[in-house]
Amino acid sequence: MDEIFGIPAPLLFGQLLLGLINGAFYAMLSLGLAVIFGLLNIINFTHGSQFMMGAFVAWMLLAWAGLGYWWALLLAPLIVGATGVIIERLMISRLYKLDHLYGLLLTFGIGLMIEGVFRNEFGSSGLPYRIPNELQGAWDLGFMFMPVYRGWVVVFALACCLATWLVIEKTRLGAYLRAATENAALVQAFGVNVPRMITLTYGAGVALAALAGVLAAPIYSVNPQMGTNLIIIVFAVVVIGGMGSILGSVITGFGLGIVEGMTKVFWPEASSTVIFVIMAIVLLTRPAGLFGRA
Amino acid sequence: MEMNRRSLLAGAAAVAAPLSRARAQATTIRLGVLTDMSGPYRDTTGPGSVVLTQAAASEFGNRGFNVEVLSADHQNKPDVGANIARQWYDQGVDVILDVPTSSVALAVNQIAREKNKVFLNSGAATSDLTGSQCSPNTVHWTYDTYMLAKGTGGAIVRTGGDSWFFITADYAFGHALERDTANFVRAAGGRVLGQVRYPFPATTDFSAFVVQAQASRAKVLGMANASTDTVNTIKAAREFGLHRSMKFAALLMGVMDIHALGLESAQGLMLTESFYWDLNDRTRALTQRVRAANQNRPPAMVPAGCYGAALHYLKAAADMGAAAAKADGRAAVARMKAMPTDDDAFGPGRIREDGRKLHPVFLFEVKSPSESRGPFDYYKVAATTPGDDAFRPLAEGGCSLVRS
Repeated sequence: MDEIFGIPAPLLFGQLLLGLINGAFYAMLSLGLAVIFGLLNIINFTHGSQFMMGAFVAWMLLAWAGLGYWWALLLAPLIVGATGVIIERLMISRLYKLDHLYGLLLTFGIGLMIEGVFRNEFGSSGLPYRIPNELQGAWDLGFMFMPVYRGWVVVFALACCLATWLVIEKTRLGAYLRAATENAALVQAFGVNVPRMITLTYGAGVALAALAGVLAAPIYSVNPQMGTNLIIIVFAVVVIGGMGSILGSVITGFGLGIVEGMTKVFWPEASSTVIFVIMAIVLLTRPAGLFGRA
Repeated sequence: MEMNRRSLLAGAAAVAAPLSRARAQATTIRLGVLTDMSGPYRDTTGPGSVVLTQAAASEFGNRGFNVEVLSADHQNKPDVGANIARQWYDQGVDVILDVPTSSVALAVNQIAREKNKVFLNSGAATSDLTGSQCSPNTVHWTYDTYMLAKGTGGAIVRTGGDSWFFITADYAFGHALERDTANFVRAAGGRVLGQVRYPFPATTDFSAFVVQAQASRAKVLGMANASTDTVNTIKAAREFGLHRSMKFAALLMGVMDIHALGLESAQGLMLTESFYWDLNDRTRALTQRVRAANQNRPPAMVPAGCYGAALHYLKAAADMGAAAAKADGRAAVARMKAMPTDDDAFGPGRIREDGRKLHPVFLFEVKSPSESRGPFDYYKVAATTPGDDAFRPLAEGGCSLVRS
């Protein structure tokens, strides 16, 4: 059997693929963060809680309304996105004129409160959520055993990232968004309702987090802390990719998923650290991030 | 006047027991439940431990002294836990109970000894509490790493699981559990084919590790971790089809974790606990009494340990006089060790001189969805080990209280 650095080649290919799958979650979450930061200049620390809410709403839809995974994929982002709209209108919108730090503190606080409410209501140990019947089972790829659901996650996440990128880069709405980022007053002078656009953008960013939460529900424990660990890594991804860069966050998300996956083979103890080491190196050499504009 | 009476009673407690009861009418024993109210162990300890301690206090009733139950959140941080423990002991709390998370428990263990108070641990796993760190002020009631390793690890080796791969949380608890289990595996002639240590608590996805376990071709997947991590490991392992070729050994897992995982994924798992609500008439009666207060759930193992420990302490305090028990934590623990234990959760048992509480330990097999008759009907008993065999032999712990 062929070996690469003492690891059988098939195992290494398998791990590459797994890294890509994890990268899909990083990409989807960092995409939402990048969209929000790009337009609102808000570092959305509530993102992890909103990811968790997506998973919980999927569970609630099933347990309380009998609506399965496919409905959750549609409804959970809408419901959680709507809560995002309310949060933006009631609270975040008051902070745009202040320093970034205030937005960060506010969203961090909101995140802690959401997590606390869910913990009081549902406890800490989590809730079960099944993989939908259509996506049960696994393919034998020869070099590894590939669960159908994980394949679905990668394909779906890639499609979401591509769609978001197309909307922002290739449509008129996207052009307005980009213009408002550059000069909101001027865009408003042309008759575009910028505050409403900002609100909806925040809602869309939050909906992306919730969508990632629904994708995660069948494979991770649905519990109130599920976003906390992930979100720190995702922030590193956004910083490495360049704050506010859509394409940067997607490519970095997938790329770092792979780097992390490889670390899990060669030095598993360091697998959570490696991303921060890369972040430090990138910040030292390219402070604006790999794809950011200084 | 008060002080005189106390010292008098401390000296002549046994003789003057009826007298002390009459005089100590106004004495209040304070039990502080120091636990995880906001973190990952909340469901297995937390509010449940408070409810069960209160149940012990109200069942005990007023036998010449009042009992008050307090609670606090240590956030799984040793510094926070140590601060609360100092404050509590200084402000008249006599007993600290529960204290999950081994690092916090070891800190409280030191403070109880220093201030000559009582520490009744139920929630922490480390067997060091009755080994190198043992203390005359501490009782370790419910379970420990040695008993888990022997219970689950030993049983799986006996059924032919002689080659293991470990997925281990990379901190003291995970290392201890992996080491203890590996020792049993090797002692029984088995082999450890590999292990992977993942960063705790920053790991969400375990697929990379379960694939490595699969590639090792070991017969058993040993999970030296706890709570959400164990649930995520099992979910990933099933997704990648490991259940077709490997046995799963979840070395620390409880009824709440099974609830989180769902029976479909959890069925067939073997796990070790010293309490299950549906064991016998006494455990069912206890469950009946506390269920309403306990968020309509049956008690988990660690809260049941708080119940048993609190009840036994109160019996000892009544026996020696509440004032004497308050004045000298060491004497109170010595009295607890001298008296046989008996409660609805654990049945009859005793406390060894190193502070280890001995009671039967059960190996459970998780039921399949079709076998389960309702929520929390999750276990069937696969084996019962008497307390003397289930826990680490007295001589092997290295406890300084044990005279050789």
